[in-house]
Amino acid sequence: MAAPVFDVPEIKNEIEIPKLREGVMAHAKTFPATKPVQDFMGYPHELPEDWKERAIDKMGDLLGKYRSLKVFLDACVHCGACTDKCHYYLGTSDPKNMPVARQDLMRQVYRRYFTTAGKLFPKLVGAKDLTQDILGDWYNYYHQCSECRRCSVYCPYGIDTAEITMAGREILNHVGMGQKYSNEILGKVQKIGNNLGLPGPALEDTLEGLEEDIEADTGVAVKMPLDVKGAEVLLITPSADFFSEPHVESLIGYAKVFHAAGISWTLSTHASEAGNFGLFNGNYETMRKVAMRIRDSAIELGVKRIVVGECGHAWRVAYSFWNTLTGIGYGGDDPFSIEFQKQLDPNYPQPQHICELTNDLIKSGKIKVDPSLNDDLVVTYHDSCNVARASRMGTEPGGQFTIPRELIKSVVNNFHDMADGTIGEATFCCGGGGGILTDDLLEVRVKGALPRATALNNVVKEHKVNFMAMICAICKAQFTKVLPKYGFDMSMVGGVHQLVSKAIKLDKAE
Amino acid sequence: MGLSTVTMIYAGMFYIAALVMAIGLVYKIVDYSRTPVPLKIPTTPAPTTRSGVIFRMAKEVVVFESLFKANKWIWIFGWLFHFGLLLVLLRHLRYFTEPVWFWVDIIQPFGKYASFMMVIGMLGLLARRFLVDRVRYISTPSDYLMLVLLIAIGVTGMLMTFVVHTDIVALKMFFLGLMYFDVQPLPQDLTLLIHLAMVAFLMLIFPISKLLHAPGLFFSPTRNQVDNPREKRHAQAGWAKQVNQTK
Repeated sequence: MAAPVFDVPEIKNEIEIPKLREGVMAHAKTFPATKPVQDFMGYPHELPEDWKERAIDKMGDLLGKYRSLKVFLDACVHCGACTDKCHYYLGTSDPKNMPVARQDLMRQVYRRYFTTAGKLFPKLVGAKDLTQDILGDWYNYYHQCSECRRCSVYCPYGIDTAEITMAGREILNHVGMGQKYSNEILGKVQKIGNNLGLPGPALEDTLEGLEEDIEADTGVAVKMPLDVKGAEVLLITPSADFFSEPHVESLIGYAKVFHAAGISWTLSTHASEAGNFGLFNGNYETMRKVAMRIRDSAIELGVKRIVVGECGHAWRVAYSFWNTLTGIGYGGDDPFSIEFQKQLDPNYPQPQHICELTNDLIKSGKIKVDPSLNDDLVVTYHDSCNVARASRMGTEPGGQFTIPRELIKSVVNNFHDMADGTIGEATFCCGGGGGILTDDLLEVRVKGALPRATALNNVVKEHKVNFMAMICAICKAQFTKVLPKYGFDMSMVGGVHQLVSKAIKLDKAE
Repeated sequence: MGLSTVTMIYAGMFYIAALVMAIGLVYKIVDYSRTPVPLKIPTTPAPTTRSGVIFRMAKEVVVFESLFKANKWIWIFGWLFHFGLLLVLLRHLRYFTEPVWFWVDIIQPFGKYASFMMVIGMLGLLARRFLVDRVRYISTPSDYLMLVLLIAIGVTGMLMTFVVHTDIVALKMFFLGLMYFDVQPLPQDLTLLIHLAMVAFLMLIFPISKLLHAPGLFFSPTRNQVDNPREKRHAQAGWAKQVNQTK
């Protein structure tokens, strides 16, 4: 299928709030999942006859399982605080991409079937019967949301559209309207071990190749161990790190850090993926199954620490959910979690982010770096949405902002932040997160990147920034693809550990 | 001496409205609290302690912190409205207490003029519904009507405070009578009857309308959760508890 033609928005001096243009993104439909994909996930692949009952039943089921969904669908007063906060609205000007309008796509149905007011006076409160048109709207606009939570920062009741998008996608799956991209990936990660479908032998080859490259480059035999029993650290990283550019540069960075610090570590074939698309689809059981691969591998390999590589949503799942889902963490008092806690080294946070680990090693002088090796770069930092608004690093709130910046500043001499209101908790999503990093949604991705591109353009003009560092595999893939459309060079995009990799001093005396 | 039909209707109306509001709200609050929260989803940066969460919630309730970050116009109008409403409601306690609590007396003059804050705030919010294309797009008929209802309650109240006074002593007897199940005659001024009818209607629709944002805020997991998932295993949520312990 040919990619739809569209205009790339023009970068202005400031991020502007556009006037509404109704229906301008109504054509953006992500490819539907096919029968084998849906079969594996246990979902129908086409609209069943009783689709309406199924959809309403599923909604009722989710309302009973998630307080967030119930409270969020009730509490909105249509104040409008969120209306100009979504990067997809700012980039497309389609009103259904305003967070509240996106929520209302579900809220109108919720009110009709689950509330007294909507049952009695549907017109008055904007309640509507579920129709195939509405399902179509859900399919389109719940795949124009990256679940980045920017709206939830600004909502006076903390309504998080991501929770509603997740529920929407889960309901769609139950009536046979799954998304090809996410559901294929969920199949691959469960069958093969990673989202890219890279089998064990291929992974082994890739890692050996990388070891040779590093040795050729530095003269030091830095290892990339795979499935090594008894290693201290199990590194869980997005599979893109194994062979996508610029991701692989960060993988090399992690390997050099472990080498220089003398920490024994290993990757795992079975858990060769940090990403967990179960999050995006709002299916708890799938998310847990995918997360359990990590616990299983950690037990099999007997590691004492679990460290997570540069991946935004993976860090959300790891930091916020692993303890709940799999017992990776502390404080559990049931046999399932106690059994695993006994294996872990209590001197470290579990799981630990690679930035926490590297930053600690540099600060304590256990590894040495020379920031002047990055003097060709003027660096800025893109806060990835899931790290910024759904996780933490270190012991203090906001450590997810300070620790990566501290780390960057210790390995580069030239650093400039982008404007307030576009970083930290207010950061703009790259435009490709939440399960929409697929070419069939390229228009949505390009337009959704407009706010970030605008903020980046300003530091490029003002400070001659030529490198945007980040800690997310999706951000890296998205930006290398869409920033060139705005006239930026794709080599501007890279990982924080790509910078570490250049600055780190390796011991050559072996 | 028998009571007039109007008095009987209004007495019945307030009993029903109070009952519906109380039962409706209790039902909603019980329903919210019984619905599990299977995962840790605070919007971060979030407090790492329970007391930190109480402080975060207090800032949301008292100064609308998130709304302040979002939009200064909505914030100023919304805050004027809510803070004005609070003072006005507290002032109204004088019609339900005998003797009147001392602090209600202190609030009295402020409460009278707070009605202007309240109505100005709501007029601002109503204007935004017409003037800002994004807000107009998301507004339903009930969004307008709710504001109109509240403005009308405010204006009729102000009329009685500042222009056409009602027999406030008799009114207080009526409400004290309601509270002690000994119904007393209600003064029959048109302004008062309109004011009271609208208040009763507002109470009636409270538990089925967007006014649920008031209890909803306290149950919002993105605001009321402690950010400590690595230190404490959050796995107690009803249906998920079993799931979380199977290999």
